[in-house]
This record gives sequence, C-alpha cells and structure tokens, in this order.
Amino acid sequence: MAAIDIIRRSATSTAPPQVQQAEPSVAKLIDISKCIGCKACQAACMEWNDLRDAIGTCDGTLNNPTDLTSKSWTVMRFTEVESSTGMLDWLIRKDGCMHCEDPGCLKACPSPGAVLQYRNGIVDFDESKCIGCGYCITGCPFNVPRLDAVDGKAYKCTLCVDRVGVGLEPACVKACPTGALMFGTKTDMRHEAEGRLTDLKRRGFADASLYDPPGVGGTHVMYVLPQKAEMYPGLPPNPSIDPLVNFWKGVTKPLMSAVLGLAALTAFFHYVTVGPNDVKNEDDEEKRDA
Amino acid sequence: MRKDRDSVVRYSAGDRFVHWTVALAFVLLALSGLALFQPGYFYLSELFGGGTWSRILHPFIGIVLVLFFAQMAVRMWRWNRLTPNDGKWLAGIRDVVVNREDRVPAPGRYNAGQKLLFWTMVTTIALLLLSGFVIWRPWFAPYFSPELWRVAVVVHAVAAFVIIAGIIVHIYASIWTVGSIPAMVRGTVSRGWARQHHGAWYDEISKKEPGA
Repeated sequence: MAAIDIIRRSATSTAPPQVQQAEPSVAKLIDISKCIGCKACQAACMEWNDLRDAIGTCDGTLNNPTDLTSKSWTVMRFTEVESSTGMLDWLIRKDGCMHCEDPGCLKACPSPGAVLQYRNGIVDFDESKCIGCGYCITGCPFNVPRLDAVDGKAYKCTLCVDRVGVGLEPACVKACPTGALMFGTKTDMRHEAEGRLTDLKRRGFADASLYDPPGVGGTHVMYVLPQKAEMYPGLPPNPSIDPLVNFWKGVTKPLMSAVLGLAALTAFFHYVTVGPNDVKNEDDEEKRDA
Repeated sequence: MRKDRDSVVRYSAGDRFVHWTVALAFVLLALSGLALFQPGYFYLSELFGGGTWSRILHPFIGIVLVLFFAQMAVRMWRWNRLTPNDGKWLAGIRDVVVNREDRVPAPGRYNAGQKLLFWTMVTTIALLLLSGFVIWRPWFAPYFSPELWRVAVVVHAVAAFVIIAGIIVHIYASIWTVGSIPAMVRGTVSRGWARQHHGAWYDEISKKEPGA
C-alpha cells in the first residue's frame, strides 16, 4: 500500500489524497461453523509477521495465549456452552482486529498518522509515529490493540496489508485448512456469507447471522456466527465507538480551545479598556507615614 | 528581605519557592497535555522531544506538581474558607472588575475570587491526579478497565480545561492588580496595596506590629 492509498489518518483534519478512483473494499470472512480450532492461522500470523510471543501459562482452556498481545495479533477463543438441545457446543472464535469502517482507535489517537486507514478499508498502525499513550485501546470497541512492554508501541493485526497490497490474501487465510477463513472484496464476502447462512439455517442454526456491525460502519473482518453474538465472550453484540470517546474526541476539542482563547482575549481587552488596578492612595499614605 | 516601614511581608521565601515550582510544573503540564489532547496542538510536543517524550514526561511532572501543590494547599487552606463577606464581594464583582473595589467589603488575606480559584485548583488537581493514574501507561492503566479509561480521559480533559481557564484568570489578575507579581517574586507588598486590596488582612497584621 502506498501513501496515496491512505484515506484517513489519525489526528489530521485536512483532506486525504482523493485523486484515485475508489477501490473495492476488502474483507476477511470468518465462518465459525467451519473452524476446527487448529490454530494454523495463529501460526501463520506469527510466521509471516515474524512474531514469537513469550511462552505463557495455561488457564484451563485451549486459549493459548490467553489474550491478544503485542506479539499475538490473533487468538482463538474457545468457549464451552450447552446448546438448546442440551448438547455440548464448542464455540471457537478467532479474535483480532475487526478493521472497522469507523475505527475507534483512529479517532482516539493523538499522534498524526500513527493510525491509518487505507482505501480498501484496512486499518493499520504506523509504529514509527506511535507515542505509546494507549488511547487506541481506550477508543477500540473490541479491546484489540496492545502495547508492547519493551518498546511501548501499540500493535494489532494489519490484515497483512503488505500481502494484500500485492494481491495476496492474509497469511491466516492462506493457512486455514477448512475454508473457515476467506478473503476477497467485501461485496463478494457478504455474498459468500449469505450462502453459508442459508446452509446453516437449513441445518437448524436458527440464530445464525452475519456479524458486520453497523455501529462502527461495518467491519472489514466479518463473522458467520452459528449462534447469537452474545454467546461469544468478548464479542460485543452491537459495538460502536463509546459516547465518552466521541465526546472526548469530538465537541470538547474545538469548544475548549475556543473558550480558552476567548478567556485570554477577554483579559487582554480588559487591560486595554479598563486598565490596571493600581494602588490609588499610595502617595497619600507615604505623606502620612513620613 | 526588606522589612522597612513601607512594606509588609506577604509571602516567605518558602512560599515563593513552592508557588513557582507549581507554576513551572503547571506550564509544562499544560503544554504537553494540550499536545496530547488536541491534534491542533500536537506540535507543542516538540518542546519535550516529541510525542513519545511528552507522553512519558507528562505524568511525572504531574506528580511533582501534586507534591508541591499539596504543601501549598495545606498552608493556605485556613485562609481560603468562604465567609459571608465573600458572598457580598462576589455580588459586587461588577464593581471589582472596573477597579471600584472600594464599593465591596474589604477582603481578608484572600478575596472571594482567589478563594474560588483555590478550591477550583484543589478539586481539579485531585481529579487530574486520580484520572491520571487510571490512564498512566504503561504502569497503572493495565489495572483498570476500558470503561474506566473512557471515563478517566473525559474527566482528565474537562478538569484540565477548567484549571487552565482558572490559571488564565489567575495570571491575568496578577498582571491587572499592580503589585501582585512583585508580591510573589520578592515577597512583599506596599502598605497601600495591602490596604486597598486586602483591607481586613491589613488591619489584622497592623495590630500585630510592634508599636501598633
């Protein structure tokens, strides 16, 4: 991806480059019903991105590592639930950046150009501009970015922007052995999802749905969920940028700047109109004291 | 320190040292804080060696401010209790701002405006300290939830806004009221200054003077 492909950058109010024609946006489709939890995607992510996380601890589940980290950009989350028919249901969700159309990380970031959104929808971090404040984590409705303990920079899934830019699919998609992961234009992926949902519903998954939450303008990573979204730990059913974040990064900035500027101006004009409050009877007093 | 008949001591050397340490820390905090708050001011981060250094230094400077301000607050607490006279002073604020303070009740060591600023400082600094810890990366933020971070960033921003606005008023009032800056720089004010701006305080200290 080139600089001309950047349609949004953090902490920037001026227009992005727009001379190029709109590019079809891309999406990764994660069909949870086809995932077998093999973690090939996790291994491929590590390999392609040259990441080797520290060996962690076992928390009694198959989640390994137990959470996203600065070096684990995707993590399989395993959940055991009792299905409506009283059977064991093993839900396996591949967690990671959702690449929101309206990214909370980008909105919250104070450093110009540290968070970027490309024409095809991919949201990426430029760690060379990251200042390590963690505001991206505060802004993210999915709690995805992670600060590295050593270099203090924020990291997350890049959707393999370096591969997608040269016409390849993300590493995780390439490695998936069951077709649970697919990659293409967002239109194609939505179409693909429709077919999979028809199939799931025919097989009795009445709650099956496509997860492409409108609260964040849709996402460039979508799930085919066999169960209700509430069943998957850590997946907000209706995510959106928190109102507090919108307030913090919205109206407060121009309003506070204007009020502070006005206060300083008022002071200046008070001085040039009313004038200083000087001691009026100093002379009298000196005479009296003398 | 001058102790001639024409001047009275208002601030000791210790008072002045603490005040100017707080003032210096405040300026550094405001500049680095604005850089992190509003992208339009991000360029201010260059004063601190860039965005990353601003982010690293800001909370430590905040701790310095809190430690020094705490001493100031403890020392000044009793002089800033609001009294019925303060209500009358505030009611006459229109006279005060046009240099007709002879029409309002003579204040003690601090007038109602100064007292309100004092309590604004105490409140906002407490809020800034608490919310600052919640969002202080990488040390303390991991102990709190994203929901709390979101509350803390808003509290931090609003409290910072209020205190900056308050300090703009404070700085201007010291320029406007001639003699206030020397009071905090050299420690003394003239008798005329004391009588005109803080009449009740002047009466109090005059009674304690030998030969009064």
